[in-house]
Amino acid sequence: MTTTQASRGSAVVMTLYLLFLLVPIYWLVNMSLKTNAEITGTFSLYPLNPTLNNYRIILTDPSWYMGYVNSLIYVVMNTALSLAVALPAAYAFSRYRFLGDKHLFFWLLTNRMAPPAVFALPFFQLYSAVGLFDTHIAVALAHCLFNVPLAVWILEGFMSGVPREIDETAYIDGYSFPRFFTRIFMPLIASGIGVAAFFCFMFSWVELLLSRTLTSVNAKPIAATMTRTVSASGLDWGVLAAAGVLTILPGALVIWFVRNYIAKGFALGRV
Amino acid sequence: MDKPVNNRAWFLVLPVLVIVAFSAVIPLMTVVNYSVQDTFGNNQFFWNGLGWFQDVLESDRIRAALGRQLLFSAIILAIEIPLGIFIALNMPKRGFWASLVLVLMALPLLIPWNVVGTIWQVFGRVDIGLLGHTLAMLGIDYNYVNDPWDAWATIIVMDVWHWTSLVALLCYAGLQSIPDAYYQAARIDQASRWGVFRYIELPKMQGVLLIAVLLRFMDSFMIYTEPFVVTGGGPGNATTFLSIDLVKMAIGQFDLGPAAAFSLIYFLVILLISWVFYTVMTAQRDRT
Repeated sequence: MTTTQASRGSAVVMTLYLLFLLVPIYWLVNMSLKTNAEITGTFSLYPLNPTLNNYRIILTDPSWYMGYVNSLIYVVMNTALSLAVALPAAYAFSRYRFLGDKHLFFWLLTNRMAPPAVFALPFFQLYSAVGLFDTHIAVALAHCLFNVPLAVWILEGFMSGVPREIDETAYIDGYSFPRFFTRIFMPLIASGIGVAAFFCFMFSWVELLLSRTLTSVNAKPIAATMTRTVSASGLDWGVLAAAGVLTILPGALVIWFVRNYIAKGFALGRV
Repeated sequence: MDKPVNNRAWFLVLPVLVIVAFSAVIPLMTVVNYSVQDTFGNNQFFWNGLGWFQDVLESDRIRAALGRQLLFSAIILAIEIPLGIFIALNMPKRGFWASLVLVLMALPLLIPWNVVGTIWQVFGRVDIGLLGHTLAMLGIDYNYVNDPWDAWATIIVMDVWHWTSLVALLCYAGLQSIPDAYYQAARIDQASRWGVFRYIELPKMQGVLLIAVLLRFMDSFMIYTEPFVVTGGGPGNATTFLSIDLVKMAIGQFDLGPAAAFSLIYFLVILLISWVFYTVMTAQRDRT
């Protein structure tokens, strides 16, 4: 009796909490399906005349959709770069002790925790000086500041779960390190690599301060396109809402696959 | 920990070192360089010693921003940690519903931060937002653009909306690791619900809770994008937090010296907290 009461209470709590989470998102979706006249003119809980026109505007106007393309380019570059350098490093941290390993591991963490605002100005100057300002690679490199440490920490967490006997057996069998690493070890931690990739992708995708500071036209991310539209006209709510909805989609589509590792990823592989 | 000592492992770490050095050490050195120099323009710099640091530490504006920042972080922790624990205790334990709830809860965490700002900016508007409109209909005088209290309330509710799930998910992960035998023992002892929470669940969640507190403290301490989109730091300076103030100074006014000194002090504070974080994380690892 008491357990059914308790579970009913839980259901109520969870329903209320999920409503709190989803209603603001619903409101954005709702707005994106309305015309501007309907948004400002009438107040309705659902679109009276649903229209996809706002989405059509974004998907046909290069100044809008190139924002998505730019974001995707630097996010993918950053994810590939972060994983490529983080994989061997995480292996080193998980398998060996070496001079300064603990200090190095801590130093990586401080970069993950560094306020992007501190780095905005020097990044701007550094990348301008080497001629990388307003390129995709500049943003990809800048995001390595927090994504490389994140990838190292997450991968190290997964790698430490693989027994060391496997490495030793492989070396005895005559595998060289690169062959062992790519043929045997990487398949073993495939889920860890997937989770690390997801989190690199995500943190690069949600960041705005650095990507906005480092770009002006050619590599301008969708996030910056949105903020400028607000300040310029401040009126085209429908298109703004549609653009917002489209930025939520990538995360929403893949989150199902990493649902059991979400906590681990956010806690840098330490849960 | 019986890992073999092997200094050749350094070669495996080298790529990380190079890339993070390029994106962290060089910029940081630039900041140090600016923080001790002054300029009259034309790229002519001269030594200014610790002058900027003194200015920053004595600046009323920055002190006020620091005060607001600490208050904000304190409020965020006071709300999100208990709420997150409470939610975690009520989450379904297994099955399809557990997965679905997990995914829905994680949704706000994956939204770009400026879109989070946009969502709440729109949601809170009296003319077109559901929240603002409803409050207005109830006769509550709510306007986050003009009223500092409403601006604060909006930003706090937004942050709770955005990040409480993180705390809940971490606590949930901690709760999942408690074996069923513990609960059975408690049932045999006829422990109360409070007793189960106080003596079984809370101690088992201690580790993840520490991580949650530190993560939430750091991230709320560096918050920039969301309040920037919603209020732009206003009304007046009411919601100008450290990062917003710093970016205004560095990029808006191009006050290189003071901004650099400010950055370094800010960074040192974070460094100190990171150290606590690291100690906690590694100590916990070694224990299990």
